[in-house]
Amino acid sequence: MRNGHLDPIDRAIVAALQRGVPIVERPFAELAASLETTEEAIVARLARLIHTGAVGRFAPMLDAEKLGGAVILCAMAVPAERFEDVAARLAAMPEVAHNYERAHRFNMWFVLAVERPELIPATIARIEAETGLEVVDLPKLEEYRLELVLPV
Amino acid sequence: MELTPADRALLAALEAGLPLVPRPFAALGEQLGLAEHEVLSRLAALRAAGVVNRAGLVVRHRELGYRANAMVVLDLPDAELEAAGRRLAREPAVSLCYARPRRPPLWPYNLFFMVHGPERLATLRVVHAILMRTGLETVPRAVLFSRRRFVQRAARYGTPAPELRQAAA
Repeated sequence: MRNGHLDPIDRAIVAALQRGVPIVERPFAELAASLETTEEAIVARLARLIHTGAVGRFAPMLDAEKLGGAVILCAMAVPAERFEDVAARLAAMPEVAHNYERAHRFNMWFVLAVERPELIPATIARIEAETGLEVVDLPKLEEYRLELVLPV
Repeated sequence: MELTPADRALLAALEAGLPLVPRPFAALGEQLGLAEHEVLSRLAALRAAGVVNRAGLVVRHRELGYRANAMVVLDLPDAELEAAGRRLAREPAVSLCYARPRRPPLWPYNLFFMVHGPERLATLRVVHAILMRTGLETVPRAVLFSRRRFVQRAARYGTPAPELRQAAA
């Protein structure tokens, strides 16, 4: 779906709700009032937007480190002819949160998410053993901005 | 923070998606055998503890027309890292900005930021404008555009949720 399929009210809803739903009894009431519509109309539009795939579901964004877990960005330089095979191996590992192909010599970029920080070295060692490729681990040293909100 | 079994059940239910009704927390409570006010107070406590940063719509960048996702990496002198990171963080188009270690000789870059745009050329222009405004245009850099995103096997609660992992990436 392209941006053009969203009408101005759809866009206002997405823009307002990607920052989060207020944790109150009637979280859509204020938005409905500001758009001069009803809460029922807002949730009906949301159901349609989610159904058509314009947006995903509502989901909580959790802080792994506050839950005792750890996440780390890793990169690998994968030979082109092995790319699909290596991607499939990573897709089968529950520790791999997501994986992007990027246009660079380091062409595979993935995030490991584990329940305890001590599990990171063993997970990386397992990927290196399974693939025969070197994993470059790039832990976050400092966070200057974490903001996933996009203009819609 | 240690999660109670009730917290885990609540987050697992929430991860499946907030019910699309005018009173979603009441509906969530019904699924879990909790009163609406109990759901609200537990979620407020989890948010206050920083465990839940937000419970928002998961925006699909590609479907909303953001087809070019650029990871920009810079090789900055360590002493300049902090100030550059703070300048980049003030740029509205920068969605993530992190300092990470260099891994010589393989990887020389120590500052990462992310810019989403409709297509590559427009996104490159945005990146260039940001580098000019922040005084970083002469710093050695690379721009890595995403080609494909591989879908992972669905993550279950107990391990961190996919949204969080993405955020932390």
